[in-house]
Amino acid sequence: MAEIVLDKVSKQYPDGALAVSDVDLTIADGEFIILVGPSGCGKSTTLNMIAGLEDITSGELRIDGERVNERAPKDRDIAMVFQSYALYPHMTVRENMAFPLRLAKVDDKTVRAKVDEAARILDLTQHLDRRPSNLSGGQRQRVAMGRAIVRDPKAFLMDEPLSNLDAKLRVQMRTSVAKIQKKLGTTTVYVTHDQTEAMTLGDRVVVMRGGLVQQIGSPQFLYEQPVNLFVAGFIGSPSMNFVPARLENSSVSSPLGNFPLTDRIRTLLEDADAPREVIMGLRPEHFEDATLLDDTAMSGGATFESTVDVLESMGSDKFAYFTLEGEMATSAELEELAADAGASDLSADGTQIITRLSASSQAKEGHPARIWFDTDKIHLFDPHNGRNFTYAD
Amino acid sequence: MSQTVVPPPGSTQPADPPRRQKVSEGKRAERKLAWLLCAPAALVMVAVTGYPIAYSIWLSLQRYDLRFPDQREFIGFDNYITVLSNGYWWNAFWVTSLITVISVVIELVLGMALALIMHRTLVARGLVRTVALIPYGIVTVVAAFSWRYAWTQDTGYLAELVAPESALLTERAPALAIIILAEVWKTVPFMALLLMAGLALVPEDLLKAASMDGASAWQRFTKVMLPVMKPAILVALLFRTLDAFRIFDNIFVLTAGAQETSSVSMITYSNLIRGLNLGIGSTMSVLIFVAVALIAFIFVKVFGTAAPGSDDRGRR
Repeated sequence: MAEIVLDKVSKQYPDGALAVSDVDLTIADGEFIILVGPSGCGKSTTLNMIAGLEDITSGELRIDGERVNERAPKDRDIAMVFQSYALYPHMTVRENMAFPLRLAKVDDKTVRAKVDEAARILDLTQHLDRRPSNLSGGQRQRVAMGRAIVRDPKAFLMDEPLSNLDAKLRVQMRTSVAKIQKKLGTTTVYVTHDQTEAMTLGDRVVVMRGGLVQQIGSPQFLYEQPVNLFVAGFIGSPSMNFVPARLENSSVSSPLGNFPLTDRIRTLLEDADAPREVIMGLRPEHFEDATLLDDTAMSGGATFESTVDVLESMGSDKFAYFTLEGEMATSAELEELAADAGASDLSADGTQIITRLSASSQAKEGHPARIWFDTDKIHLFDPHNGRNFTYAD
Repeated sequence: MSQTVVPPPGSTQPADPPRRQKVSEGKRAERKLAWLLCAPAALVMVAVTGYPIAYSIWLSLQRYDLRFPDQREFIGFDNYITVLSNGYWWNAFWVTSLITVISVVIELVLGMALALIMHRTLVARGLVRTVALIPYGIVTVVAAFSWRYAWTQDTGYLAELVAPESALLTERAPALAIIILAEVWKTVPFMALLLMAGLALVPEDLLKAASMDGASAWQRFTKVMLPVMKPAILVALLFRTLDAFRIFDNIFVLTAGAQETSSVSMITYSNLIRGLNLGIGSTMSVLIFVAVALIAFIFVKVFGTAAPGSDDRGRR
């Protein structure tokens, strides 16, 4: 168990490409931290630098206060779980799990005890004598976990360990990863591109983009107080809605209608010295079917009316999709998010709005609906640099 | 009601004789077509390999010396007894085995080193690979002549360098060493090429995982890389062993078999072509064929070498 400190750690490749830039991060002993971001954001490179599989160009990496930049991976006492699991195909499950212990010259009795213990935790006992090629994806994943935990290392590094599993198994394994980590209390750094894993697993989440850390915080904090447009768009599923908006005196004009700013937001905007043209963001759950609300509830927000494009009933609630006339909100961050989601080539006329309504909503596909939204929950972003004017820490 | 029996995992489907008779009309036509499609290739194979093999077996069972054509007669296995009880044959056999084992072992080690270098090279990769392959691209006889000149006393630069006072190619042990050297020099690139294909099969993640697990570079090589590469190594060894056992051209040029440096191929040539003794010569070539087949059999059945083109369990 250990505290891991990244002090202005950067990675520059020989061709000059800067993969990771000045990452400052202190991972507390026993903490479960998630590195998340779209592909190519530098999260895996950061993990590999902690592992020692990639050199650190500048900055310092300390484990338990000791500088380890120059130490080989084998001397860092860190275990890693790979996306491909990287199981040794010529060894049985038992041999795979025992491999790190054998290399460390642990005596046979201890090896046997530790492997049996790990197999018990991971429910692999009946598979110990099989080869990886005869195991299912979920079993292989557990063997990879087992190989990491038998050593009792200072820290676990996990590089998208669940992304090769099918959706159902992934949810199941996500829970068991969390349980095992809680039980062992080992410092864990977990890389993923899946924001659901990021939200559910970590004590803290580090959102990265283009080699830069965007924001570090608890999942809930990132969700409620995204520091910029990128974090706001990346965290949350379905993601936040973005529309272009214009600030006039103390009201907003947007495709969702004109409405006055609440006092809280006005104060924040005054401090932030915001421009007139902004991007407004609002999460799906801050909308509601207006017919379900009484006047007192309605007074805290504004309404708009539009035709429901698609209605998805999830049982517990309904997702209603709308298309609003007018221009889409544009910014570099939004384009990158769309590209990561694979939606950049979907041409859409106007702005798509996703709303989450109560299950009792009577809205129907193809029919107009009046939708209320909470004007105190809006986020206003700078379209040029993505800064969130309504961010308050 | 018919029931489906699910075989326990690991067991093979038992042969089901009654079902065999129920091969449908379409299935039979398909099989017939398959045989027909294979027939031309099979015929060519029989003509170019089957016939010569059968003919040399036939010759090996006769007393047949072109110098005394009148004495030709069928003598059964007498030729085999003659050859197998002959000191020259056994000398050639041990010389061949010695050259084979030593050269293949050296080739494996050097080939692996060369393959690792070629695999890891980051700059001028194409150039490095091309340069490494030059010896393999040179005609063996040409290369053998250049070795012979290099080792000739008084004129050769290597002879001058190593032992200016003695004619190395005329002494048995040094001559064998030079033959092995020439073999190794020529075939290491081939070995490296085969092994490099095996290296490409070792996933990078596996080596990363091993270094995370605490393995040193040497441990990564011996405990992960070599076992994963084992099939490729065995195929490379099989090819080279079969090739090396039939060594001829290097010996022909370097010593011409003098000082008891003949390989089995060399003395077969001496008897069959020079001596015009078709019976004895054919007997020797049949024995070489048997030895080579035995080597291949041992590799495939005992070491489990996958024949090229088959899957990982050795099935075609």
